[in-house]
Amino acid sequence: MATNNIGREIPDVYAEQFGTYGSEFENVKPYSAAAKTVCPRKPGESKLLDSIHDAIVKTGIKDGMTISFHHHFREGDYVMNMVLDEIARMGIKDISIAPSSIANVHEPLIDHIKNGVVTHITSSGLRDKLGAAISAGIMDEPVIIRSHGGRARAIERGDIHIDVAFLGAPCCDEYGNANGFEGPSACGSLGYALMDAKYADQVVLVTDNLVPYINTKISIPQSEVDYVVKVDAIGDPKGIAKGATRFTKNPKELIIAEYAAKVMMASPYFKPGFSFQTGTGGASLAVTRFLREGMIKKDVKASFALGGITNSMVELLDEGLVGAITDVQDFDTPSGASLARNATHLEIDASMYASPLSKGAMVNRLDMVILSALEIDTDFNVNVITGSDGVIRGASGGHCDAAAGSKMAIICAPLIRGRIPTVVDKVTTVVTPGSSIDVLVTEVGIAVNPARTDLIEAFKSLNVPQFTIEELRDRAYAIVGEPKPIEFGDKTVALIEYRDGTLIDAVRNCK
Amino acid sequence: MFMPGANPAMLRDAGLYGADSLMFDLEDAVSITEKDTARALVHFALKTFDYGDTETIVRINDLNTVGKLDIDAVVRAGVDVVRLPKTETAQDVIDADEVITEVEKACGREVGSTGIFAAIESAEGVLNALSIATASPRVRGIALGAEDYVTNLKTQRAYGDNMQLYFAREMILHAARTAGVAAVDTVYSDVDNMDGFRAEVEHIKTLGFDGKSVINPRQIPVVNDVYAPTEKEIQKAKEIVWAAREAEEKGLGVISVRGKMVDKPVIARAERTIMLAKVSGLIGEEDL
Repeated sequence: MATNNIGREIPDVYAEQFGTYGSEFENVKPYSAAAKTVCPRKPGESKLLDSIHDAIVKTGIKDGMTISFHHHFREGDYVMNMVLDEIARMGIKDISIAPSSIANVHEPLIDHIKNGVVTHITSSGLRDKLGAAISAGIMDEPVIIRSHGGRARAIERGDIHIDVAFLGAPCCDEYGNANGFEGPSACGSLGYALMDAKYADQVVLVTDNLVPYINTKISIPQSEVDYVVKVDAIGDPKGIAKGATRFTKNPKELIIAEYAAKVMMASPYFKPGFSFQTGTGGASLAVTRFLREGMIKKDVKASFALGGITNSMVELLDEGLVGAITDVQDFDTPSGASLARNATHLEIDASMYASPLSKGAMVNRLDMVILSALEIDTDFNVNVITGSDGVIRGASGGHCDAAAGSKMAIICAPLIRGRIPTVVDKVTTVVTPGSSIDVLVTEVGIAVNPARTDLIEAFKSLNVPQFTIEELRDRAYAIVGEPKPIEFGDKTVALIEYRDGTLIDAVRNCK
Repeated sequence: MFMPGANPAMLRDAGLYGADSLMFDLEDAVSITEKDTARALVHFALKTFDYGDTETIVRINDLNTVGKLDIDAVVRAGVDVVRLPKTETAQDVIDADEVITEVEKACGREVGSTGIFAAIESAEGVLNALSIATASPRVRGIALGAEDYVTNLKTQRAYGDNMQLYFAREMILHAARTAGVAAVDTVYSDVDNMDGFRAEVEHIKTLGFDGKSVINPRQIPVVNDVYAPTEKEIQKAKEIVWAAREAEEKGLGVISVRGKMVDKPVIARAERTIMLAKVSGLIGEEDL
């Protein structure tokens, strides 16, 4: 068993294959980008196919290949199930899947794994029954959990080589010019899918909204697309995007949000031209509202807002409080609509968003980011993957990417959830190393990473209760007690890649 | 801030929101089948959670039902104040006082250390406000419970109508001021109507109430905001308090600030302004 630089044990076989985590930027070095095999098109050739079946036949998918999907349709996605069901029907086995993430709606994967159709998975996360099944050990090979920036890096460097990408396209013409803004399955930005389109050997666009040539808003261009398949529906609009995301009324989340906004505004980064990213959870979303009030009051405007985008960000853009939005993913209908209409609302791919091996990710230009945590330990390491029972139930997302790139990473989390402490001695699984995390904000007060003496100084007159992280842990334990260690088995069920490709942690099966 | 005693998460989080007093309810907010559960929960919450300097109050059930069991549980757990529901006469207070005294003796608490807060919720209670407020040295304050009161008057709450509760509010205020105890106004149930709530808080502040009962954490900042003195008021109060201190040191009887004579009630008001500014976080000890 190898031990990485933050004391996490990694089985030797995987440590050798991936390397073990050392520090945030030590592997950011020049490299040769991955290449792909291209089948060029001649004049007069059609790309339009009648069915998923035909696409599988045409692309020549066979045992052992890697196929990919995007997760922009979230819980409304039909594409991955549709393709895997057909692959299974055709008797193809030993497929590696590399979706940008997996949702609850992909529960049929469990059967495909059991039947040997799917044998390797890489994803940002796993949830619900699939997460539980993986944690129970149904796969022979561990799932590789990659952050959004880490997946982009893996594709760019060739760690993931995609043979065929099946990409849901809400608005598409017959020659493969596509965007995500229009149609019944509109999802806004196609930021994660852009990576697959650029690097996969073959790209199949699956659409339920074929528009006359030429589609005039192009996110994925025809020059990257091999085939177009028209189906009845690629997704359930109800699961893809909600109406405007509403601010929470939960008083505890509002306190956390208010404290986080105060932290942001008391920091040295809150000045004209600053940049920020907030999440989509109750508290982190509400931060935007408090921040907005402060920006108006102090006449401070931001240069850009980044990330998964919600309506609240769009309102800031419309009000002129934010100069631009750089958007890899949209979480509600108004933000997708804004992407289509606003010249300063920019669609970016996952590499530009967060890849450590791009020539300049947006996270590198980020002043402040609001992130969440299932657990955070006294070394400020954060877990967003496994629950307090050790079962995989979350997603890595852009967590470690934004934390590493930004000047100040703020974790917003309640001190305890039900009877489960959030602040603990040691997190069950590390996704983001404590060296990337600067401030923890809870409903009882904040803790600043002691390495950030500059922030401790800056927050001296901040009107928010301040503690050491050990004091916050003690407060949590005083209420709910110290959790008993989880009993794990010996099988490695998931590997947690740091964004640079080394292993920051490994997850074992739950007993 | 009121919260039901049968909700563990609310008991756990009660101290977070900046309320000056926490009122755990064992009475109307708890169904008859949950009375024992709530009593035990509140007992252990008082012993387990750190509410800091925040005052803890428990509203008990009528002494003729399970009120005595409630008093036993909460006084033993160290509650600051017992709130009596539907207080109609001085005798109600005296009866509760006796039960509290017994429990204090039995558990070794200093006799008299538990306060009483009397909720007045009927016409009879309003007419007896003064005798209720003066019935025991334990009484820390009296409050209007408007929902039961208007029912008793055979009407219903008319939010926005400042006259409806005017008589009861004035009776309670006059009784409280005569007895030297706090006067706290009733709850405002429409938690989504923040403008209406703010207008009512402004109204009761003008009348002279010491504070407002709230039922949702979102109402707390509004109360604090309305009760927070303005910068101008704080500055004026500071000057008066400084002048009073200086006069005391020099043994002067008459004080003047900015050429105006300042007498005792003005100093008292200035001191209250300073106190409110302090608790609102507008000034610190070092500012004085």
